[in-house]
Amino acid sequence: MRAATRAPVSVRKLEGGSVAPLVFVALALAVLGADLWAGPYYVKLLTRAMIVALAALALDLLVGLAGLVSLGHAAFVGIGAYAVGILAEHGITSGWIQWPVALVASAAAAAVIGALSLRTRGVHFIMITLAFAQMLYFAANSLSRYGGDDGLTIWNRSDFGGIVSLADRRTFAWLCFVLLLSVYVALARLSASRFGRVLRGAKDNERRMAALGFAVTRFRLVAFVISGTVAGLAGVLLANLTEFVAPAYMSWHRSGELLAMVVLGGMGSLYGAILGAFAFVLLEELLSRFTTHWALLFGPFLVLVVLVGRGGIAGLLARLGRIR
Amino acid sequence: MEPTLLVVQFLNGIQLGTLLFLVASGLTLVFGILDVINLAHGVVYMVGAYAAASTFVRSGSLALAIAIAPVAALLVGLLLDRLVLRFLYDRNHLDQVLATFGVILFVDEAVRAIFGPAALPYPLPPAFEWSLELPGGATYPAWRLVIIVSGLVLAAILFGILHRTRAGMVVRAAATDPGMLAMLGVDIRRLFLVVLGAGSALAGFAGALAGPIVAVQPGMGDSVLILSFVVIVTGGLGSVQGALLGSFLVGLADTLGRSFLTDLLRLLLPPAAANEVGPALASMAIYLVMAIVLLIRPQGLVSLRRAAR
Amino acid sequence: MSALLAARGLAKSFGAVVAAADLDLEVEAGEIHALIGPNGAGKTTVLGLLSGELRPDRGRVFLSGREVTHAPVHERVRLGLGRTFQLSCVLPSFSVLENVAIAVQAREGSSFRFWKPASPDPRLEEPAFALLERLGIDALADRPAAMLAHGERRLLELAMALASRPKVLLLDEPLAGVGSKEAQRLVEILARLRAEVGVLLVEHDMDAVFRLADRITVLVNGRAIASGPPSVVRADPLVRAAYLGDDSER
Repeated sequence: MRAATRAPVSVRKLEGGSVAPLVFVALALAVLGADLWAGPYYVKLLTRAMIVALAALALDLLVGLAGLVSLGHAAFVGIGAYAVGILAEHGITSGWIQWPVALVASAAAAAVIGALSLRTRGVHFIMITLAFAQMLYFAANSLSRYGGDDGLTIWNRSDFGGIVSLADRRTFAWLCFVLLLSVYVALARLSASRFGRVLRGAKDNERRMAALGFAVTRFRLVAFVISGTVAGLAGVLLANLTEFVAPAYMSWHRSGELLAMVVLGGMGSLYGAILGAFAFVLLEELLSRFTTHWALLFGPFLVLVVLVGRGGIAGLLARLGRIR
Repeated sequence: MEPTLLVVQFLNGIQLGTLLFLVASGLTLVFGILDVINLAHGVVYMVGAYAAASTFVRSGSLALAIAIAPVAALLVGLLLDRLVLRFLYDRNHLDQVLATFGVILFVDEAVRAIFGPAALPYPLPPAFEWSLELPGGATYPAWRLVIIVSGLVLAAILFGILHRTRAGMVVRAAATDPGMLAMLGVDIRRLFLVVLGAGSALAGFAGALAGPIVAVQPGMGDSVLILSFVVIVTGGLGSVQGALLGSFLVGLADTLGRSFLTDLLRLLLPPAAANEVGPALASMAIYLVMAIVLLIRPQGLVSLRRAAR
Repeated sequence: MSALLAARGLAKSFGAVVAAADLDLEVEAGEIHALIGPNGAGKTTVLGLLSGELRPDRGRVFLSGREVTHAPVHERVRLGLGRTFQLSCVLPSFSVLENVAIAVQAREGSSFRFWKPASPDPRLEEPAFALLERLGIDALADRPAAMLAHGERRLLELAMALASRPKVLLLDEPLAGVGSKEAQRLVEILARLRAEVGVLLVEHDMDAVFRLADRITVLVNGRAIASGPPSVVRADPLVRAAYLGDDSER
């Protein structure tokens, strides 16, 4: 049948198409190259960029696909990281315990925060996600038993009993690569699935979706929980990479930066979030070599990206592709 | 829990609430009139504090310092409108959030580069280095009373303007339904500039008042900004009355939570546990208040428009 | 109570404006029931009350004999209530086919599927395409809904409403702003709809109303001043007065 063979417009637009595989091939080559020639510092830098990209990917699911602007997503990264840190502090270093606990904790937090925040729309939603993240930030600050505002050192990375050793930076980098790739594929599938279509429909016209019989809030809440859980996973990895966790992981600046990455990369394309995260991390690295006041440059840059850079990096690539 | 302590903490809550109101009232009106969410409002508060602190240290004149702060804040507020905000009127909230976030990053860093990362000295003016004796034996610092009184006077003036004058009526109407006013021939853009300017001046004044009791340092506007968001969401977006109500609610929840929650928990929990949980819960108190309000009234305490549109 | 959709003693005011006052209304299987009245009579409000977007001050709403007065919109849809809006309401960034496919998906009730692509999926797209063919807009299947002409969008909306296989359909001025040729086609389509779905039609085009309706209710200031077969309503002196411009009417 005619109808069954074509890919409708908006799906085609959203698919990574030929760009996403290229992004991952380039990333794999970069990790390989850094390992062979550039040294441990760069392997670690790339690993950090991949972890940040995972968090940005989580946020793009909400912002780009579902149209829900969360300004508090660093909170879930922090919860994942604190779960690892607190368990390690109590001598529980097994990754088989740490990781599931961390993911369930971030999912539960996302369920509660999401259920409350989704009672509102638009600008309320932005302010409320920010406020709840700030609440968790202050709560972490007052955890005097776990370092308070000084943070908590993690003496041992998660232990997977010899199957994978996170202590080895190469293994760790490739683990992050595999996780980023898996999450990307899963979220890209989700975005094109029936569930993803409902999210996009609700972003387009919420009233119409309700009139069609969709309980929109339920779908959004599920998306919020998925997004929070992925962000929590990023937190787990971040805690293991830095062997440290602090309230600063949850600061609202981190949340704002995640949002900046998503827009810088190009909203809604998912691979754009990855590009945005890499651009951000590398830009920060580069600029801070010249000046400690790198935010003096990044702030105006962000304003410019918003004002003139429609579609971000992904949009730019799409335009280049069309010219070719 | 002695009653005198309760009185002191109650006054502290009112004092925090007054400062929050001075910042939140501008933020809520700016949002109400042009649907613009302006994160850079906290920056303006910081500018006020820095202007006052450096003027005071250099000239020794408190009056001059307090007079200069709102002017500096007003100029910075209007400058920001010229450079950034005016391009954002018709953009979505995400763009507004990101661009004004960029402004915060820049201004905070600029202040750090110029004045250094450490807090600027802004000592309590000698004339106010005394405490008022309260009935019952407690004392209360004079400067905090100054904050409360001048803040309340300003709030009264603001309400007077909003409710008694023609211009105020226009502003209130604009915050409720900007589309209608545009059709009546009101220049919304000019109105917005007036409100933005006045709001900036109020925030700058708040910065000057708060300076001697908080640390005047880069990023000091952030926490006030976020608290103002909590105030606005709790009180109801676009409503100055809501902002007033929300400010006092947040101010009181914060100070009373911090001073009494641990004691209250001791009645329920073993002391060690109460000492652990108390401070954590106290730092979350205002957000819990907000969550409760949202559960009961998602549109905020005083609602002009429906939150869910 | 055999009516597909029934309202009993429905009342709603906005401040001093009475939008519905003690209104009884029903839609039987196989009939087109037209709701007419001057602007501001409360027709759209009544549709909102029936569909669940508004809560009545008093009164009850029944769907297939089941009380739904307090049921939210999406639940009523699941029980067989479909509607179109006065101002066309589609998903602008979706293609025409996707708009209908998501309506089919809503009916199927299988939306918590995260892995399998929603397109191509013959279980969604075949029924969707069949509906487009039936309404004569299959040639537009790939076009983004935002780019449709007004009349085309009306047809798309109707296709979406039908995709949920409603038992009762609320149509809010389906002919408003539609060109005369398309209006002609819409009227024919609506006439054929009668066989499968009960329709409550709000419409200003009186020619269409008298051609289509099996029953007409006239609403003025939230009150039904007349109700019955078209020939009876047409002759009613009260109706004539209302339409010739009663001064108390806003």
